[in-house]
Amino acid sequence: MATAAAHRAAGTLMHGAADAIGEAEAHQRAFDAAVAADERIEPRDWMPDAYRATLIRQIAQHAHSEIIGMQPEANWITRAPSLRRKAILLAKVQDEAGHGLYLYSAAETLGTSREELLDKLHSGRQKYSSIFNYPTLTWADVGAIGWLVDGAAITNQVPLCRCSYGPYARAMVRICKEESFHQRQGYELLLTLSRGTPEQHAMAQDAVDRWWWPSLMMFGPPDDASQHSAQSMAWKIKRHSNDELRQRFVDICVPQAESLGLTLPDPDLKWNEERGHYDFGAIDWDEFREVLKGNGPCNEQRLSRRRQAHEEGAWVREAAAAHAAKHSNHATGTEGEQA
Amino acid sequence: MTDTDWPLWEVFVRSRRGLSHTHAGSLHAPDAELALRNARDLYTRRGEGVSIWVVPSAAITASSPDEKDPFFAPSADKPYRHPTFYEIPEGVKHL
Amino acid sequence: MTATVATTAALALGDDALVLSHRLGEWVGHAPVLEEEVALANIALDLLGQARFLLSMVGDEDELAYLREERAFTNLQLVEQPNGDFAHTIARQLYFSTYQHLLYAQLAAAGGVFAPLAGKAVHEVAYHRDHAEQWTLRLGDGTDVSHERMRRACTALWRFTGELFQPVAGLDVDWAGLETAWLESVGDVLRRATLTLPEGPRSGAWSAGAGRQGLHTEPFGRMLAEMQHLHRSHPGASW
Repeated sequence: MATAAAHRAAGTLMHGAADAIGEAEAHQRAFDAAVAADERIEPRDWMPDAYRATLIRQIAQHAHSEIIGMQPEANWITRAPSLRRKAILLAKVQDEAGHGLYLYSAAETLGTSREELLDKLHSGRQKYSSIFNYPTLTWADVGAIGWLVDGAAITNQVPLCRCSYGPYARAMVRICKEESFHQRQGYELLLTLSRGTPEQHAMAQDAVDRWWWPSLMMFGPPDDASQHSAQSMAWKIKRHSNDELRQRFVDICVPQAESLGLTLPDPDLKWNEERGHYDFGAIDWDEFREVLKGNGPCNEQRLSRRRQAHEEGAWVREAAAAHAAKHSNHATGTEGEQA
Repeated sequence: MTDTDWPLWEVFVRSRRGLSHTHAGSLHAPDAELALRNARDLYTRRGEGVSIWVVPSAAITASSPDEKDPFFAPSADKPYRHPTFYEIPEGVKHL
Repeated sequence: MTATVATTAALALGDDALVLSHRLGEWVGHAPVLEEEVALANIALDLLGQARFLLSMVGDEDELAYLREERAFTNLQLVEQPNGDFAHTIARQLYFSTYQHLLYAQLAAAGGVFAPLAGKAVHEVAYHRDHAEQWTLRLGDGTDVSHERMRRACTALWRFTGELFQPVAGLDVDWAGLETAWLESVGDVLRRATLTLPEGPRSGAWSAGAGRQGLHTEPFGRMLAEMQHLHRSHPGASW
């Protein structure tokens, strides 16, 4: 709601005990105490610049992922093989646009604007999740995205509902609640294919084979190579390490794959009695880094399509702004009742 | 604001009759009418509301967190405003 | 009303909703602004729901959607027109949702087999109509560029609007009254948007007919090819 600048201006209004020990130090102490006590930080509270920057980067990347992530699935809306599946897919991709909007709004409470964030996405200065740089080659990919990609996303996102920054945590609560159907529809889709004709079963297996490893990469680099993890954990932006969440995801997926009647493409996957977890094979981090660098199968396509949509929509946004300026009733609030 | 950068609006949704409007989030729109419609599409996709308010974010005046003590501390030491402050003999009903 | 007549009408209305829903679904991922992604998808979902209900009155919804040939579809040519730019999509929405709203209001009031659906859908469609009107006003009375684009779009689609008022057997509707109300409403919105009702013919010169007779425009075949190919590639499969 308030910009960072407004907060700083307001912050100079009141003085009290803060003068004695130095305002900056008092602020830092209040912030540390709030985080330690598991209280939420709210937009107008003082926060360290690095905390603000980290949040903007993370929330923006999350928002961009929702928006770019619409593309691989939208690729199949016009070819969905039944009207029921078509309705489900439309509703799901629509949710993703909605989730992008919630997240851009959360980022804006930190003093940035959607325009600025989109500009950074379009110019490649901010990233989105690399998983969306893989193509959806068959209908089964829609199922694999729901089961594995959304499954990995949910594993990542559920702890974010307790993130120390209030607006982000609240957006995540809403998103997690709405996304609960996303993973289930993917699983159901794959199950139907797996139990369908031999061609459908093969299609499902092929999709799982292609999406399994990229899904594991979604949790980010291993803990010892993750550059932002430690500080984010201390700030309670992040609650669990990359490797912890990845292991949790693998443990969940193995029995689910069995129920699907599909296999996971990892010969090293086996239950480790001692650890109480599944062991799994080595992840190809070279591929991860290459895709991150822009050399994935769809990086260029995804970004140019997004840029194109934005550019082609410019005249529409300009028209609406011009219309609003001509009819200046836009300064007042409005109320609407629904049936 | 550039030509294409629509202003930000705060959205308040009444989830059902008898409850007050609560803050649901924010969105961008060029004017109040579209803000209302965008809010309907974005925040009530699953039947979450029966009434919506939209307010330009710029029109909201908020208390500053630094004023928290002068604003809110004085109200914390007036326990006689709360019903639990008063002792009532056991057995007295409807009070 | 005989079963055959009701079937003809259900197919005509169902195909309108199915085809327009499909076209709107093509916007997903590249609408002019994110808020509009959500709005267009909402409309597409409403229409798809209507289509499923109507087709199910006739038979298996998927068989009807995926296994009929182009000539068996009886939707209006208006709804199959490609999206074009956002102005074309809004003009198509304005023409169709005004028509559908007036039509469904009559069907809801008339009783009969379509009244339950029309009674529910008329609320959805009222919102589609409002969405189209709001955007027509903003594009028409926005910038010079948007005004010109909107004018061109309204003109380009004008020749598909005559077919809207061709009576459909099985629908108890005052078609002449519907046309008068439609012209008045669309004319009023366009005037407020600093545009005028386009001139020129409102139907093609082909005496064989148009969409309601199963005669479509060329882009429709390609639309169906895309929509049906996966379903048709796996005969008998469940999805």
